[in-house]
Amino acid sequence: MLRSLNINPDKCTGCLQCEMACSFENEGVFNPAKSRIKVFSFHHEGRFVPYTCTQCDEAWCLHACPVEAIKMNRETGAMEVLDAVCVGCKVCTIACPFGTVNYNQSTGKVIKCDLCGGDPQCAAACPTEAITYVDADATGLDKMRSWAAKTDNATHAN
Amino acid sequence: MSWTRKILRVNLTEGTLNVEPLNMQWAAEYIGQRGLATRYLFEETDPTCDPLGPDNKLIFATGPLTGTMASTGGRYSVITKSPLTGAVACSNSGGFIGAELKSAGWDMVICEGRSPSPVMLHIVDDKAELVPADDLWGKSVWEADKLIHQKYNDPQMRIAAVGRAAEAGCLYSAVINDLHRAAGRSGVGTVMASKNLKAMAVRGTLGVGNIKDPGRFLSATTEQKKVLAENAVTGQGLPALGTQVLMNVINEIGALPTNNMKEVQFKDANKISAEAMQEPRESDGKPNLTTNAACFGCTIACGRISTIDREHFTVENKPEYWGNSGGLEYEAAWALGADTGVGDLDTLTYANFVCNEDGMDPISFGATVAAAMELFEEGVITTEHTGGMELRFGSSEALAWCAEKVATGEGFGADLGLGSKRLCEKYGRPELSMTVKGQEFPAYDPRGVQGMGLTYATSNRGACHLRSYTVASEVLGIPEKTDPLSTDGKAGLVKAFQDATAAVDSTGLCVFTTFAWSLDNIAPQVDAACEGDWTPERLLEAGERIWNLERDYNMRAGLTGADDMLPKRLLKDAAKTGPAEGKVSGLDVMLPEYYELRGWTADGQLTQDTRSRFGLPA
Repeated sequence: MLRSLNINPDKCTGCLQCEMACSFENEGVFNPAKSRIKVFSFHHEGRFVPYTCTQCDEAWCLHACPVEAIKMNRETGAMEVLDAVCVGCKVCTIACPFGTVNYNQSTGKVIKCDLCGGDPQCAAACPTEAITYVDADATGLDKMRSWAAKTDNATHAN
Repeated sequence: MSWTRKILRVNLTEGTLNVEPLNMQWAAEYIGQRGLATRYLFEETDPTCDPLGPDNKLIFATGPLTGTMASTGGRYSVITKSPLTGAVACSNSGGFIGAELKSAGWDMVICEGRSPSPVMLHIVDDKAELVPADDLWGKSVWEADKLIHQKYNDPQMRIAAVGRAAEAGCLYSAVINDLHRAAGRSGVGTVMASKNLKAMAVRGTLGVGNIKDPGRFLSATTEQKKVLAENAVTGQGLPALGTQVLMNVINEIGALPTNNMKEVQFKDANKISAEAMQEPRESDGKPNLTTNAACFGCTIACGRISTIDREHFTVENKPEYWGNSGGLEYEAAWALGADTGVGDLDTLTYANFVCNEDGMDPISFGATVAAAMELFEEGVITTEHTGGMELRFGSSEALAWCAEKVATGEGFGADLGLGSKRLCEKYGRPELSMTVKGQEFPAYDPRGVQGMGLTYATSNRGACHLRSYTVASEVLGIPEKTDPLSTDGKAGLVKAFQDATAAVDSTGLCVFTTFAWSLDNIAPQVDAACEGDWTPERLLEAGERIWNLERDYNMRAGLTGADDMLPKRLLKDAAKTGPAEGKVSGLDVMLPEYYELRGWTADGQLTQDTRSRFGLPA
C-alpha cells in the first residue's frame, strides 16, 4: 500500500519536534534550519501549519532536472535526490510550485523530503498527530469521518 | 556532549566580541544555564556592584539539552544581579531563541560593560556583531521585532528585546523573546536596557550535535515523551487549560491572594479562569482562547494564544491589538486580576498584551498596582498623584491605565515602575508591600499553602513560586499529597524541591515537566547526551550546589537571614475565609528547621563545612 504524509494544521502546536526529527535523520544534528519539513507560525491568526513535499506524481522537480538527479522511489512513491548526480543548479527549486525543494549551501546539493525511505520521522515525532503517514488513497478518511459524525441520523433517535 | 563549549563574550563598553571555551570543569559541577551562568557571574562580578552600573554582567545561557529533541528542550535563562532585589537574578524563558542561540553554536553570551549608545547584538552562527540601534530605542518590543525582521529580511531570525518600560527604568522589566515569551522576573530587562543593549537577534543554522550516545538519547527522549503524554497534568490539563487550570482550584482551597493579599478568595475567580477563556463571547461568538501553543521542542504545549474582544474599551479603535498573541497564564491572570480585584477577562488579556509589548513582568506589575490600589483606598495616594485616575480595587479602567503608564514610564507610571516595595516606602507605608527581598509574590497565599511561605521567604531571587513549587505536593499530590495547612515536613519538602528545580533549570528543560518527571526521568536523557555519568543523585547534588552558590552570592551582596522574611500581613492577619480561615503563615516554625537541613547557621549563613562539601569557590 502506498502511503503519504497527511497534515492536519488544526492539531499543530508549533513545537518543531518534526523539524528536529527530520534534520536528525538526514543530517545527524538537531537543526530546524536543515529540515525538509517546515512549520509556519501565523502569529496574528494563532495558527501553526506544517508544510512539506507532497510527492507529486508528475513532479515538476523531476522533469526540470537537467541531469536526472531526481528519481521516484517505486516502493514509497517519494521523489528522491541522488546526491552523487545533483550538480546544485537549483532549477528544481524554481520548478517546484510549492517551494519544498531547497538548496543546502553546506553540501552544494538540493534537499527535499524523501519520506525517510518509508518511515517518516516527522510523523513519528509529532506529539499531536498533526502529521500522520496514511494510505495514500484515503488521506481524506479522517475528515470524512468527522463530517460523518456530524450527520444527523434520525434512525437512532428512539 | 551537547554543550557547544563556546561562549560569546561581548564587551559593550569597548564594542568588542570574543570567543572563549566553556569551562568544562564548571559544567561538570553546575550543568549549564542557571547553575553554570551563576558560577560565571560569581566569578566575574563583585556581588556588591550596582546592578544597573557597568560592573554588572548580563548572561544569556542555554543548557546542555537546549536545542535537542528532548521534550521542552528549548529553554534559556538570563542571569544577572537584580536591580529589584539586589540578589542574584535568574529568569527562565521558553519560546524559540534559546534553541536558536544553541543552534548558532553558543552555550552562553556574556554581556559586560555599557555601550555608549544603543546597540543590538546580531548573531548568525559563528558571526556576531554589535549594530547601532538608535532607530530601535524608544520602540516597543513588538515594533522593534518587526523593524529588525524587516532590516535583515529574515523571517526565521529569533529576537529578544527590551521595551520602553526597561528604557524608562521600570525595575521589573522583562526580556521578551519571540513576541510573547518572557525572561520575566527580577528586572533582567532593566539591566539589559541599562547596558544600552536593545535587542539580541539570532539565526542559527549549525544545529545541535555532539550527542554522546545518539541512539540512547533518541530512545530515552521518546520514552520520556510518552510519560508526559500519559500524565493527567502534562498530557491533558496543561495543553487543554494551560496553567490557568489552577485558578478555580486555588480559589477553592482559600489560597488565592486577593486585593493585595487582604483576602484569600476572589469572588470573580471563575470569570478569569481557564474555563472562562473557553466561553464564547457575546459580541463575536469567539472564545478568548484561540489555541494552545508550544515552545521549542515542547510536547506539553501549555501556552495560550488569545484575542481581545474588538469591542472592548481597551482596544476600541486600536486594531494593533485585534490579532492573536500570548494569552493569560495563571500567575499573570492572578496578579492582573485577583490581586487587583479586576474580574474582567478582556482587561486582563489587554494588560497582559501590554506587558509583553513593552516588556514588564506581569506578576510584579499586577502586584504593584494592587499595592497602589490599597494605598489609594487608604487615602495615601490620591488623584493628585495619578493625575485624576482613581486607583480602586476592581477597576478595569485603572488597571488598563496603569499598564499603559508603566509601559512608557510616563507620569505616575514611573512610581509604579519602582515595584511594590519602593512604592510603598516612598508613600510611607512599607508594610503594605507584599514582597520578599523586594520582589512581589506570585499567586499562592502562604496562609493556605504553608510550604509556599517558606518557598517565598528563602527563594534566592525574592518571592517566587518557581524555586520550589510545593503546590505540586500540597495541592495536586505530586509526588505525594501533603497537607497544605500544616507546616510539618515542609522544610524538607521545600529543600528537596529547591535542589531538584535548580538542577532542572540548568539542563535546558522546562520545570513544568516535573509534574510528570522526577530526576529519575531526566537523568537518563542528560546522561545520554552529556559526557560523564549523570545519575539522579548527581543531578540533585549539583542542584544543591547551585542553591548554595546562589545563597553565597546573595550573602556577599549584603543580604542576611533577616531577609528570609514575609510581610507582617501574612504572619499576623489570619485568612478570613475558606479552608485556611484563621491561619497565618507558620514561617517561624519552618525556617529554623530549614536552615538546619541546609547545614547553615541559625542566622542563615553558609558554614565552611557546607562550602567545602560542595566545593564552592572561596
